Amino acid sequence: MLERIYKAQQMMDGACKALGRQINIMEVCGTHTVSIFRNGIRTVLPKAIKLLSGPGCPVCVTDQSYIDIVLELAQRDDCIIATYGDMIRVPGGAGSLETRKSTADVRVVLSSEDALQLAKDNPDKTVVFIAVGFETTAPATAVVIKEAAERDIENFCVLSGHKLVVPAMRALLSEKNDRIDAFLCPGHVAVIIGYGAFGQIVDEFSRPCVVAGFEPMQIIEGLGEIARQLGEGRAELGSVYTAAVTEEGNTVAQRLIAECFDCADGYWRGLGEIKKSTLKVKDKFEQFDAFRRFDVTETPTEDTSGCRCGEVLCGLIEPSQCRLFAAACTPETPVGPCMVSSEGVCAAWFKYSRRKEKRK
Amino acid sequence: MGNRFGAKTTLLPDAGPGDIVLVHAGFAIQIIAEEEAKKTWQLIAEIDEFSDTQNRVSG
Repeated sequence: MLERIYKAQQMMDGACKALGRQINIMEVCGTHTVSIFRNGIRTVLPKAIKLLSGPGCPVCVTDQSYIDIVLELAQRDDCIIATYGDMIRVPGGAGSLETRKSTADVRVVLSSEDALQLAKDNPDKTVVFIAVGFETTAPATAVVIKEAAERDIENFCVLSGHKLVVPAMRALLSEKNDRIDAFLCPGHVAVIIGYGAFGQIVDEFSRPCVVAGFEPMQIIEGLGEIARQLGEGRAELGSVYTAAVTEEGNTVAQRLIAECFDCADGYWRGLGEIKKSTLKVKDKFEQFDAFRRFDVTETPTEDTSGCRCGEVLCGLIEPSQCRLFAAACTPETPVGPCMVSSEGVCAAWFKYSRRKEKRK
Repeated sequence: MGNRFGAKTTLLPDAGPGDIVLVHAGFAIQIIAEEEAKKTWQLIAEIDEFSDTQNRVSG
């Protein structure tokens, strides 16, 4: 194990020497972010290598107007809100699902199937599944949309907030932050879409894209492979997650996504509108689309809280540069989504980095 | 080792009894070769061993 760490470190030292400047590597996956902090990976990297945590946590990139729609639906007597647990505490314009719990019927589910089961068990209510997440969770939503259609489960619908990773990476490089030198690509997303899907970023922007799993060794080796490429002046597509990721991905899951969703322009917190970056329920399944069933639309509003999650997600600032961080905004009293989610960058900083900074 | 829970194989129709699978949000999304899975388990065991040693040294 130690030999493998040393080897990756050698690659990184080589890249630092070759480039002679700070190297910015962005991970686009909440699980990577947490693993990097929890395992102290930053401490084994050369100083010139800077890890940026990008828009990889589903909760963090969900626009506030989407949360506001969730809260609006939660107020209805005829609805049960079924949601993954990490959405519960995300603040909208006024309160969160947690603060509405006394008046709203909110159920935490571990999978989309549990949400559909709720609909079967509660025929007199409409179950709205809060479907957030990237390509990894979108197929699970597609499965229940199809099942609801096949079995005629009319009291079920999904509020699709699903997002696509590659369009966000493109938006980052072309508009928000062109100082990103390479991407450490998300492992589970790659299991679904295949590592080949990141080839577009390599071709269009000449940036190394390397897929890694979530064990610390995977992340270190992924960073080592990125460093090798940068040191040699190359930009290639790579994967160190050979145990689970293939070039073409899970084609069954891809077909299900294509069958149930259309790509649509959509809003990301902090990144604004990104072309063809979200998944909208296909017309064929419109009766299971909560946006159409309740005639609601996302209308982004200006965030006036002073929260800088948007800049954090683009890798433009570190959480500690936000004046709310660890003051008005803490995991107990989160202002922005990056502090709410256990996978959020601000939450990870708060938990793992603050003590070290204090000691300085 | 680990937890016990149910997962759907809708996204992985080829998976069958005895297979080792990667599960995300209640769905199996990929079959993992036993050899690859063993490598991961071994690495986890090594890390555990390593942190035990570290604890002994520092403690």
